[in-house]
Amino acid sequence: MARFPATSGFRSGLSWRISALFRPFRGRVNLALGAVLIGTVVLSALLSFVWLPYDPNVIDFGARLAPPSAEHWLGTDHFGRDLLSRLMVGARATLYVGLIAVGIALGLGGLIGAASGYIGGVLDELLMRVADVLYAFPPILLAILLAAIYRPGTLTAMVAIGIATIPVFARLMRSSVLTLKERDFVEAGRALGASGGRVLWRHILPSALSPILVQASLSLAIAILAEAALSFLGLGTPPRVPSWGNMLREAQSFMALSPYPAMAPGLAIVVTVLGWSLLGDGLRDALDPQSRR
Amino acid sequence: MLPYLIRRLASALISILLAAILVFAALLAIPGDPAEIILGLNASPGAAAALREQLGLNVPPVPRFLNWLGGAIRGDFGDSLNYRRPVSELLAGRLQVSIPLALGAMLIACLIALPLGTVAALRQGTWLDPVIVSFAQVGAAIPSFWLGLMFILLFSVELGWLPAGGYVPWERSPVSAIRSLILPALALGLGQAAVITRMTRASMLDVQRQDYVRTASAKGLPRRRVVLVHTLRNAMVTIVTIIGLSMAQLLVGAIVIEQVFSLPGLGRLALTAIGARDFPLLQAEVLLYASAIVALSFSVDVLYAFLDPRIRYS
Repeated sequence: MARFPATSGFRSGLSWRISALFRPFRGRVNLALGAVLIGTVVLSALLSFVWLPYDPNVIDFGARLAPPSAEHWLGTDHFGRDLLSRLMVGARATLYVGLIAVGIALGLGGLIGAASGYIGGVLDELLMRVADVLYAFPPILLAILLAAIYRPGTLTAMVAIGIATIPVFARLMRSSVLTLKERDFVEAGRALGASGGRVLWRHILPSALSPILVQASLSLAIAILAEAALSFLGLGTPPRVPSWGNMLREAQSFMALSPYPAMAPGLAIVVTVLGWSLLGDGLRDALDPQSRR
Repeated sequence: MLPYLIRRLASALISILLAAILVFAALLAIPGDPAEIILGLNASPGAAAALREQLGLNVPPVPRFLNWLGGAIRGDFGDSLNYRRPVSELLAGRLQVSIPLALGAMLIACLIALPLGTVAALRQGTWLDPVIVSFAQVGAAIPSFWLGLMFILLFSVELGWLPAGGYVPWERSPVSAIRSLILPALALGLGQAAVITRMTRASMLDVQRQDYVRTASAKGLPRRRVVLVHTLRNAMVTIVTIIGLSMAQLLVGAIVIEQVFSLPGLGRLALTAIGARDFPLLQAEVLLYASAIVALSFSVDVLYAFLDPRIRYS
């Protein structure tokens, strides 16, 4: 693949710039499709703050369980609430919980992995043992435990998903640090008298970033599936806030009367999860050409 | 081999012990007096004192933990506060639903994923491979509980072929029991099939690139033999690992599916225990799941060492 296309000289300035903008996506269907799907979800979540077709909580018994129509594009639920509006507001909860949970996992897991890999010895042994045990507690199990101790809600769901995802990032960071700390440029930094923290932050972290970015995208896909499942079980986002999971929970009782309330949120979850996993796969291909198959 | 086995077993047991400490410590983390929280604020002081006695809250944490752990090893988790029956008895009853559900889902997943993943790898470069890969990618993005809802919509509401939920015990009618498990197992198994398909394909491709496969083809062995004996057999080592880890996913996924189909399994038991603040039951359940996951990863490692004679652990 040539870096400078032979035809570039004949292009006008603008079209060249536009094509340059999309160059990272060329031949990378996964990345492009993932970006479009996630872009759509993020935009509708942002749009919901300034504009919604209807108030998502306004009850209209005249329009209960209506099929899709010109007034209600996706139909209405058992209270006559507009499904599209609720779906858009629900996107906020999904992204919010997913991003914070993965943020917790990335922050704590990264820190644990870096310390484990860089310091090594007994600390490494101990921290990796803890990570092993956390593997035995998937998000739903942790959420059940937390919900029983505190009150089930957005916070317990976020924390449960976050903690359960820590080992993934800890292991990733640890193995990156282990390979990188033997490299010459890191050795040089240390020889020049840089402190351990500085070596980690300035020399190792930038090189370890791309696999972490890829993993963050893939973990977001899993986190969003977990959030939806927890809300469906009543262990996540509280019922008064629309979220895709609890919309499905409410829709189940009325499925025989109207299938639409049970279809729309599910498709939204599929689109979002698919988006993050395509984005993650695409990023991996783009950042590490060797992994392409 | 034996030293490896012993070391691996010890590490699995330590993991279970740490999990037990975590589960037990969770109860200590409850803000305030557990007895008052369980009974509510209007409880009489006498009832609260009796419950504290039953839960052993008057004993300091460390002896209380050892006592609980000792019971747990013998299979005695105390009495459920909600059902007023031994926890172990409740768990045993619920396993009759959860185990067949998870095994059924695993069977479905393997029947779909192993052929699809193999075909995709063998037909790399043709239209078939990207089609299978795309199906797997989309399949992995579908939440199993939503798939369950859609199955109810199609097979129960529209077609009326299978029950939309509920469960008939095995001893009353094995046919009805199986009928009530088909849709849940299908919903649970299909998502896992997507994951296993991708992994099977990847490990087949990995093995295909090995020198001994090239040698086998070069010396003129029929393709059938190269695929079945040289490639598939070696790829199975990785695939078995994946299946073992998938089983852990299925156990946990079943919690949600049981809720969709109103199946009286372990998952629903745990969810009702949260509302009832039935801590002895919850602790036992969470520890049971965590131990099962540790046990699965232990068996996978051991199996891996047995299947692949090249792997020798010092």
